[in-house]
Amino acid sequence: MHNRYPNEGMSLIVKTITRFTVWLIFLFGLYIFLHGHLTPGGGFAGGVIIALSYVHLTLAYGRNYVNDVLKKSTMHSLEALASLLAVLVGIIGLYAMGHFLQNFMGVGQLHHLLSAGYIPVMNMLICVKVGMGLYLVFYYLASYHLEEGK
Amino acid sequence: MTLYLMCFFLFLVGVYGAITKRDLIKIILAIGIMGYSVNLFLVLIAYRSGALAPILKEGISVPMVDPIPQALVLTSIVIELGITALMAALAIRIYEKYDTLDITKIRRLKG
Amino acid sequence: MPVDVWLYFILSIMIIGSIACLEIKNILSSIITIGIVGLGLSIAFLFLGAPDLALVQFVFEILCMIILIRAFSKRSLKITALKRDIPETVIAIVILVSIFVLSIFAFKDLPSFGQPIVRVAEKYLTQAGVETGAQNIVTSVILNYRIYDTLGELTVLFTAILGALTVLRKIGRKKRNA
Repeated sequence: MHNRYPNEGMSLIVKTITRFTVWLIFLFGLYIFLHGHLTPGGGFAGGVIIALSYVHLTLAYGRNYVNDVLKKSTMHSLEALASLLAVLVGIIGLYAMGHFLQNFMGVGQLHHLLSAGYIPVMNMLICVKVGMGLYLVFYYLASYHLEEGK
Repeated sequence: MTLYLMCFFLFLVGVYGAITKRDLIKIILAIGIMGYSVNLFLVLIAYRSGALAPILKEGISVPMVDPIPQALVLTSIVIELGITALMAALAIRIYEKYDTLDITKIRRLKG
Repeated sequence: MPVDVWLYFILSIMIIGSIACLEIKNILSSIITIGIVGLGLSIAFLFLGAPDLALVQFVFEILCMIILIRAFSKRSLKITALKRDIPETVIAIVILVSIFVLSIFAFKDLPSFGQPIVRVAEKYLTQAGVETGAQNIVTSVILNYRIYDTLGELTVLFTAILGALTVLRKIGRKKRNA
């Protein structure tokens, strides 16, 4: 993506290295939450690793560039939408199976990637929610400037 | 039992920091230490000697540790970070308003 | 080496690190030193058979340190509270030491390390694979058996983040300055 703010952030060396590493961190986060029902990890760890990839980008490129990549308002919407969808999954379980948040997608075969019913879906929602929420906290805490000398 | 006592000692170090320190950042860190020791205590008490992590393996059955305290601690770790962020935000606002982080000087806690 | 020997070592480092974190006078060093406690806790979780918790604790510790450093280190904070109130500190230490001595009697009744008496786990350990289809039992507990708990946790996290964003919002600040 074209960088409209070339003077912000850290030096050229850091930016060049970041261009290679940030995708690896993001991919690792995706792996962690997609395999949450098979290996250690899950939505919380995956969400924080994805938030850390955005933090990495923010520290290297400055926060205006990250706002170009993914708008802040989009992050707010994604966070709220994930919470809403989690409740919606519960309501679907209520109508399909008779109990709130009951598994309505079957169990599947043990030890396979596509198994465990709605656990991967909930992992995905938790990942989006935790990642976006914690990144937003970082963003606001980091960009809150005090009026010095007031 | 010595491990439990050491874990409790870690908790008491956190309590000591929270009640004697005057700096707001130190108090936030002390509350974090108390949270760490509680998490560690829950997992310590669930450990079974010679047991493995609670992940099923194909074909073989091995003794595994208790998964329920781990699930509770997972919940607690996530909430701790949210609370730390909330406390940091409040501390920044307090610093902006009073120009100090010394809790003995923050007298006017109103408005 | 057996697990407890490693844990004595890690817990000693964590106690030393926590005392150092509370006594160091520089704020940045203090925040970095708390990383000793958090990362030591992560290693302790690995020895205790909880790789999920080790991973989560590790990444949350890193994010916590980044948030605290970005929040506090860039501002020209005046370092406060260097002089301490001697009688207050002495009274606190005396009370805490007496609590520690009393706790020795309380901890005697707990099951010794390595022999838990929890029996609920047996059902989860044998049935979780069949009932939920998840290979990782911790995930099947937090996302299937106790998912209502997790939903409540998400609500708490949402509220905490919302509170932080509300405290830091810019509109209110502008209105007050005007």
